[in-house]
Amino acid sequence: MLSTQHSDDDDQYMLVARLDNVRNVSTILKAIHFKDTATVFASPMGLKITVEDAKCVQANAFIQEAIFHHYVIKEEQLAFKINLTVLLECLTIFGSSSMPSANTSLKMCYAGYGCPLVLMLEEEGVLTDCNIKTLEPDDVLDFDFCSSNVINKIIMKSECLKEVFSELDVTSDILQILMSPDQPFLQFSTFGNAGSTHSSFPRDSEMVESFQCSQTQTNRYKISLLKPSVKALALSTRISIRTDDRGFLSLQYMIQTEDGQICFVEYYCSPDEEVDHNG
Amino acid sequence: MKFRGKIVDTNCIHHFSNVVSTISKLVKTCIMRITEDKVFFILSERVNDGGAQIWCELPQSHFFDEYGMEGVSAESNEIYLEVAPDLLIRSLRTAHSAKWVKIKLTKKNFPCLTIEVDLPSGSIHQRLVVHDIPVSVVARKHWPDFTEPEMPRFDVSIAMPQMRLLKNVVDKMKNLSNYVALSANNSGEMKVSVETDMASISTHFQNLFNPSWNKDDGPAQPPVSQERDPHEFATSRVDIRRFAQFLNSQQVNPDRVICNVVHHRMLHFFLLHDDVSLQYFLPVVSR
Repeated sequence: MLSTQHSDDDDQYMLVARLDNVRNVSTILKAIHFKDTATVFASPMGLKITVEDAKCVQANAFIQEAIFHHYVIKEEQLAFKINLTVLLECLTIFGSSSMPSANTSLKMCYAGYGCPLVLMLEEEGVLTDCNIKTLEPDDVLDFDFCSSNVINKIIMKSECLKEVFSELDVTSDILQILMSPDQPFLQFSTFGNAGSTHSSFPRDSEMVESFQCSQTQTNRYKISLLKPSVKALALSTRISIRTDDRGFLSLQYMIQTEDGQICFVEYYCSPDEEVDHNG
Repeated sequence: MKFRGKIVDTNCIHHFSNVVSTISKLVKTCIMRITEDKVFFILSERVNDGGAQIWCELPQSHFFDEYGMEGVSAESNEIYLEVAPDLLIRSLRTAHSAKWVKIKLTKKNFPCLTIEVDLPSGSIHQRLVVHDIPVSVVARKHWPDFTEPEMPRFDVSIAMPQMRLLKNVVDKMKNLSNYVALSANNSGEMKVSVETDMASISTHFQNLFNPSWNKDDGPAQPPVSQERDPHEFATSRVDIRRFAQFLNSQQVNPDRVICNVVHHRMLHFFLLHDDVSLQYFLPVVSR
């Protein structure tokens, strides 16, 4: 019905993507929604949506083309900037409460540079059309984070960290992360008005799936920059924590959509400048 | 002036409370007009405040087992009170499991609507709860300000779609814009749309019922088939918060909520439930 109506119109678009359950996209985007603006990159592999703050933190959401049941792109790369708050309001126009019975389908279209992002959502025979203005994409930060420079890497189940991160002492400016081949192995610390808090995880904890630490590293990051990552953590089943030789932090979250597919969200954060990070 | 009414039936108490609750979600103060046959809740806003109007009519015999009133005079046997429906509903909420509810016009230091509620207390003792709600009596000379608004000569009449989806959509649109345009045609289609400099969003409903109105229901309407292209939309752009308020005030599922669109002038909502009628006139906001 929807497809036959629009198949001729589709020729005008550089990108046409369709999926049956819009929540598979809106949920992932909520995990990186800490600023109003996002940059969208579309390629034959799928979508990457980037949000940045203060030139210190970057979040990326990856929605691979397999998430969509129809994904056709006519360019190697399309990029535009868009208001993420408005985009999320449109994607959740039929209500943001997760009513499992209600299924809203989505068709997303983009005709190229200067054109608006067109969304068509349908629920129970009711159709909503959205036209959202797109803007010139900004250059996004390149954190230059590559596997060869990774000093320490830990993969864990998310559930144990959810408590730690949701209870972070916000009177502390910074979150300190210690990773080491020796005791205490993995430790999160805050230094707030009431005192310091330390949460540690031994390497043989059943929560830890992979432990690859070669050097003791203690790094500090501004809590305000990492707080938004709690949303991604809450949705995820697994998390990978990596630091490189500069003390840069990479948090990668594995998120399962309602339909059982896997998507990734990653956060990059540079260490707090005021402190000497040891190598 | 005298007024005394007693409601004994639990369903009637609930129904009366639901009506007052709906009104309380729409306005802070309104006029309660008491006549021999009916109780009315009326709002007539100044143009500067938006110009919205509400007209709600309850046949008293459907609710009250005992009902007596004496108006301002024999020729003008009516009472007009200015009342805060929120205070009224708070008192009525205590009547949820009451044996009876009495509503009386009384004079303490100032005029009051006194609500007496007889609550079962599990033993032989009667527990009486009394609320005194201050009201002000509206003088006879102001009554002409509160006459029933005329049913507008509308361009399209259509039944509203299912409230759940419409409510969700409008609540979201409220975050993006102060105004919403409602369009409808005589082919059962309705659109609600918002437009900002960043985005335009439009939700379409189909297969809605277009009621036909008899001559008796209001000023003569042109027969649909002769005058109007059934696919042509009539549109009115109104304050979105008011519209959302109206959608959220609907608690009891009315038999049907009708929306009459007067192109670029106003939206007129009409609902009927168990002989209680409510009309909400929402004029357009100027650009």
